[in-house]
Amino acid sequence: MNGMLTLATAGRVLRQLSHDPRSIVLMLVAPSLLVGLFAWLFSDQEGVFDQFGGPILALFPFIVMFLITSITTLRERRSGTLERLMTTPIAKADFILGYGLAFGLMATLQAVITVTFAVWVCGLEVEGPLWQLGLVAVVDAILGTALGLLASAFARTEFQAVQFMPLIVFPQIILGGLFMPREDMPEALYQISKVLPLSYAIDTINAVTAGDEGWDVFGPLLVVVAFAVGALILASLTLRRRTA
Amino acid sequence: MDAVSVRDLHVRRGKTEVFTALDLDIPRGQITGLLGPSGCGKTTLMRAIVGVQKIADGTVTVLGEPGGSRALRRRVAYDTQAASVYGDLTIQQNLRYFARLVGARHSDVDRVIEQVGLADQRDQTIDSLSGGQESRVSLAVAMLGAPELLVLDEPTVGLDPLLRAELWEVFRGLADAGATLIVSSHVMDEALRCDRLVLMRAGRIIADTTPDVLLADTGTTDPDAAFLALIERDARQQARGRDQADGSQASADAAEPHPLTRREAREQAEHPHSPAPERPPVAPSSDGESAP
Repeated sequence: MNGMLTLATAGRVLRQLSHDPRSIVLMLVAPSLLVGLFAWLFSDQEGVFDQFGGPILALFPFIVMFLITSITTLRERRSGTLERLMTTPIAKADFILGYGLAFGLMATLQAVITVTFAVWVCGLEVEGPLWQLGLVAVVDAILGTALGLLASAFARTEFQAVQFMPLIVFPQIILGGLFMPREDMPEALYQISKVLPLSYAIDTINAVTAGDEGWDVFGPLLVVVAFAVGALILASLTLRRRTA
Repeated sequence: MDAVSVRDLHVRRGKTEVFTALDLDIPRGQITGLLGPSGCGKTTLMRAIVGVQKIADGTVTVLGEPGGSRALRRRVAYDTQAASVYGDLTIQQNLRYFARLVGARHSDVDRVIEQVGLADQRDQTIDSLSGGQESRVSLAVAMLGAPELLVLDEPTVGLDPLLRAELWEVFRGLADAGATLIVSSHVMDEALRCDRLVLMRAGRIIADTTPDVLLADTGTTDPDAAFLALIERDARQQARGRDQADGSQASADAAEPHPLTRREAREQAEHPHSPAPERPPVAPSSDGESAP
């Protein structure tokens, strides 16, 4: 691994993005619009947005980054550029981390904008400090990036990559505790929810909005980070220099 | 030592055997043309040489190291058949990125852009270029740094004759500077620009020769006819081989010494007692037997 090559790759990914201003706007603004829609929907019902708004903040960056990452890396596999990269001195970890870094940066911008919009425009009330909310959103986005990198290894076409979203993302949303406290779920589903990273992301958000401190916030957040790191490691292991 | 030495290479793609026991040597400092109908295994062989092809058995030695090993990644450059550059970056941005990866100097970017004749388009994105321009950018990437071996998969496909001629001048310049080039093509008139020709058909090497010997051997004057003659001869041999036992003539070529290129023959004529040539002065047709 070579930090310079990681940075060169991250810079290249961002430069590619800079040629596509519409994608940047969508990436930065779309989550805010959806949060706004959500806030509007529950505008007549006191307290509902405060209950769901937080977890929603965790979901959007996760979903958006999952999709963007899985499709861009798949494009790289299919265009032949990945094959060419594999004949150069770049290490697989440089490639994966380069993408992680570039999209992680975009995720941070997205999180700052979305949290600001949710709190200042939509009036989301949070007991804990705001920066923690932003931090969770960033970590979730990185988790989405990591899982997207991993998923792209198993997709041969863009069409398949998009199909992975309902497969990988939806069960995590359904079982993550957004619709029903996880403890109230049937035992089998509760056990399954314990091995899904998004459950811990939603736990973290709920802890922040409830004003919990210390381990209640950072415990589940660390679990999310561990999942993201694990997915990144798996993603670089599934990257092959030699293909059939 | 040869630039590339392939021994007993077996490659499977899916259920089909692309290569069964392929042997090949490619000498240093020359342009070796890899020719053959599409689907004959040219790209698979090139991928095996640069180390991105999964191989079932056999060895590929490149510049004295196992093919695809870490030490080779700065010394070997590969241009894939489809232009492998980033469509949403400009020419210059693409080349700067790859220059950083292979550790080439910044000034090298300008050099290769000049060499492929795209100086005026350097700030255009690849997506806005024509197909021919795009493949020239992809070729420029392979020329960054000072690779000792360039593996170029159909680098001149879709280019007009003038540009093709210019690029072959560039290839010749690289070879004169000591680099080894392996260039695949199915444009037969390009064959005459190579020092050495490897003709493939259906995963086998049917001739490892030089342009002069190829033309003399087949009694033709144009490379298209020569190539067709070889293919027909090979098809007849295959048919005969099937009638008899399973043919062992499949790829005896690598064991045979290389015929001499024009330059080698000239140098040898000029200095008959200079350091022992590895190859005999007479140029035997690698094809062994002649047509019935």
